Amino acid sequence: MSRGGSLRGYILIRIALMIPMVWVLLTTVFLMMRVAPGDPITASLGGKLSPEEVAERQAALGFDRPLIVQYFDYLWDAVRFQFGTTITDNQTIGSLIVENGGATLTLTVAALVVALVFGLPLGLIAGRYRETVPDAFIRVFAILGYAAPPFFVGLLAQLLFAQNLDWFPASKMASPIVQATAETHTHILIVDLAIEGDWEGVWDVILHLVLPATTLGLLVMGVFIRLVRVNVGQALGGDYVEAARARGVPERRVVSRHAFKNALIPVVTVMGLQVALLLGGAVLTEKTFSWPGLGSRLLDYLTNRDYIGVQGLITFFALIVVVISVIIDIVNALIDPRVRY
Amino acid sequence: MTATTSVTGAPDTPPTTGPPKRRGGILSKIAAPYKQSHGVQRFMLVTGTAVSLIIVLLAIFAPLIAPFSFDTYQADGARFPTQGEPSDVNPWGTTVQGFDVMSRTIYGARTALEVLILAVVFSLAIGVPLGLISGYVGGWLDRIMVLIMDALFAFPYLLLAIVAAFLLTNTIDSGIVVTAIAITVVYVPQYFRVVRASTLSAREATYIEAARAMGAKPSTIIRKYLFGNVVQSVPVIATLNAADAILTLAGLGFLGLGIQPSEAAEWGYDLQRAIADAGAGIWWTALYPGLGIVLAVTALTLVGEGLNDVLNPTLRRRRIKRPVISSSAVGPASAPTTEREAG
Amino acid sequence: MADPVLSLRDLRIWYGAERGAVRAVDGVSLDLMPGETVGLVGESGCGKSTLGRGVLGLLPEGAGHAGEVSFKGRNLLDIKQRELRSMRGPELGMIFQEPMTRLNPLMRISDHFEEVLQIHEPKIGKKEARNRSMEALRGMGIPPTRYKQYPHEFSGGMRQRIMIALALVLRPAVVVADEPTTALDVLVEAQILRILADLRRNFDTALLLITHNLGIVAEACDRVAVMYAGRVVEQGPAYDVTTKPSHPYSRELLRSTISLSTTELHSIPGAPPDLVSPPPACRFHPRCPNAMAVCAQQWPPTEATSPGRRSECWLHATDRIPVGLEQPLQREALAASEEA
Repeated sequence: MSRGGSLRGYILIRIALMIPMVWVLLTTVFLMMRVAPGDPITASLGGKLSPEEVAERQAALGFDRPLIVQYFDYLWDAVRFQFGTTITDNQTIGSLIVENGGATLTLTVAALVVALVFGLPLGLIAGRYRETVPDAFIRVFAILGYAAPPFFVGLLAQLLFAQNLDWFPASKMASPIVQATAETHTHILIVDLAIEGDWEGVWDVILHLVLPATTLGLLVMGVFIRLVRVNVGQALGGDYVEAARARGVPERRVVSRHAFKNALIPVVTVMGLQVALLLGGAVLTEKTFSWPGLGSRLLDYLTNRDYIGVQGLITFFALIVVVISVIIDIVNALIDPRVRY
Repeated sequence: MTATTSVTGAPDTPPTTGPPKRRGGILSKIAAPYKQSHGVQRFMLVTGTAVSLIIVLLAIFAPLIAPFSFDTYQADGARFPTQGEPSDVNPWGTTVQGFDVMSRTIYGARTALEVLILAVVFSLAIGVPLGLISGYVGGWLDRIMVLIMDALFAFPYLLLAIVAAFLLTNTIDSGIVVTAIAITVVYVPQYFRVVRASTLSAREATYIEAARAMGAKPSTIIRKYLFGNVVQSVPVIATLNAADAILTLAGLGFLGLGIQPSEAAEWGYDLQRAIADAGAGIWWTALYPGLGIVLAVTALTLVGEGLNDVLNPTLRRRRIKRPVISSSAVGPASAPTTEREAG
Repeated sequence: MADPVLSLRDLRIWYGAERGAVRAVDGVSLDLMPGETVGLVGESGCGKSTLGRGVLGLLPEGAGHAGEVSFKGRNLLDIKQRELRSMRGPELGMIFQEPMTRLNPLMRISDHFEEVLQIHEPKIGKKEARNRSMEALRGMGIPPTRYKQYPHEFSGGMRQRIMIALALVLRPAVVVADEPTTALDVLVEAQILRILADLRRNFDTALLLITHNLGIVAEACDRVAVMYAGRVVEQGPAYDVTTKPSHPYSRELLRSTISLSTTELHSIPGAPPDLVSPPPACRFHPRCPNAMAVCAQQWPPTEATSPGRRSECWLHATDRIPVGLEQPLQREALAASEEA
């Protein structure tokens, strides 16, 4: 029963299980995009091109072939991370991801940090002091955080902190000068600026980041608080917690060592699902704050009815969710000895 | 001390093996959670229900309550100002298109209610039967269904709704139906999961086994025994999903998908139009529709969580006063005789 | 004879409930001598587990208590939570029913031991803590090679032995064992009982063994207290009580025990009483085959039937029954009024 071996085995199995999941997701995306009436070219460029031109474009992109051939083609491309070229502005999805992915990454990571830094302690407090006044306040805050859509919170934040108080910029990722002069290394603006040693630029991006990250973080924070609260409550009623008390373990230690740690494990698991919420929320937040990320691009393609653009970005998002859920499961196995079995 | 040790001295209840209790009157069934709840829990449940009911009433009687229609831009021959500040005529101001914000906010409740009802009906009609069949039949059918539903469940739900709305917009004329379907796509996996899980556990229950042993057909078992048992888990998830669905609806509207502005007033769409206003420091176009969303979602969440707390009492914590053991009760011989009638 | 190490006097523990107070423990007096094993038997829900937890002060918030739990001359019900906490472990230990869930799944066995040792003996070095823990485990038959493993890597019986080692590593004067073998299979049960029986020899630890199994009592205990509906109805030397019970309830309980000589199953008709409004007077009278009219009206006296033996029943005080109340109790058919 070597523990290292079984952990490795678990990880390998988990990665292997990713394959059917990805397959189902890709198939779902394909079916949704292609079974829908109308063909991509007519839908996006119908009015602008002559019928001959449309037919030519369709042939060039392979839309005139049998559906099953297109399906296998799509799968093969997706496996190689080739998501096609957009119809409306002729960009490969790959270059889109490279160009705009950094902004989305910055936003989501910052939001996650906000959610964790505030959400976990609040959830722990609420769970520890259940059904007291602080708990009631935290609960209401959590429900409101979840009930207020990011675009509403974002607008209020803009009105208050950007318009009225003028503490933070209202939108965009950086001031025009910073944006224009930044050298590109990683396509993640804040990292690029740091590499260049442009700390004023970094500060500028951070200022721009505060409102959107808080807005998006608030959304996920509500979920974290509720989850941690319930789990702490359950853990505190757990048998091993009573047993620890019976051994004279001080209450503070019972809470911190025995209850909290056990309560956080399900949170890690559910965090995988929150990535989906985070990505969805990112689309809304990016739109609210004109944040130049993948969500904004997706909306452009939605408006222009660019099937390839929409399909490519959606496929990419789906893959991200699957990959992250696998990573979360592996992290889970590292913290929880039981999972390795 | 804040020990939450379980009560171990409590008398054992005899195991129940019979079928679940027959349903009483629907009214008493609905009232039960309100009677059983206490304190903060009851307050949350009652507040949530009250606010939800008010919103429903606003939605139903919107034409009577709202000062104007959602697409009225003039009254008595005078055009409303665009982006007008709150005034006597337009108490919550006007939008950039010159519509009355108050009327649009009230009509927004109506749109939300319409979409919700459609979406819940669609989701139940698809999710519950699928979950029942998948859970009861099992085997490869179950495995495939679970795989597909899990994949859909893992997908960022807003993106799923976006794609569905995007694809349906050109096919179906009614934006309300499009949005309802898009929301259905998102929530069917959830109903499926819950119903399948409770079907799985109910399937092994003694009374189902007995029915099977007596030769009841699978369809009879599903309809007569499982269904009644499994639907009990639906109200909580339906309420919580309804709260979520309002957010999805608003999200779609905010992204300009689904409901067309000429068709109905929609909170999310109004907020999208308010982005530009916010840059000019205009607050009323954002505040009121936004509050509409927050209020509706909060109310439904309170109801759903309240029901959940009451119906799944594992999380309920005893908040009962410590009994006072009267001084007369102390003293070995005298105690029981003097205390005899007190209990 | 030495002084008792633990002495309960008229202990009452009531839970707050929506319908009124649940009298889980209602006037119990019991002594525990150093090194002695006392069995506490009764049906589920008679309050025996509450009593065990009450001794350690592990009651839920909604529990009220009165009476006295004196341990080494101090009433544990009066002292501060903080102090009581520091006594749990080195003075008072507890072993629970379900060993599967009693160890923190995220902590190694070693962490569990080192935690208690560091809390109660802060000056103990890491090495010494390790040695003491390994020694305690070895005493329970757990090989030291498994010291660094996680709880899920052990079987139920092994986990219970770990729990016992964990309780004993601090050498408490009193250990409360709440149905320690109920969740285990018979072979493991015998093993655990042997370990518990060895306790008094090796450590001079007094053991309060809570169980519903009279067979265990006969095997492992010096004395036994029979509990019914929050009261101790009979107590005395284990051999005497389990061979010649003097209270009708003990007798019925004994008859219900399955043994090698069992030819047909016996059960006590009726169900344990509701502890919110227990039957007036003797709590057993609705189910008692010997009930007299007096049993439903006046509280039975506690009589010493033989040295060291007490029984709370009118059968042993027949001379004091008021005239006219000694005829058998009239009542409706028992079976009909109770559960199916």
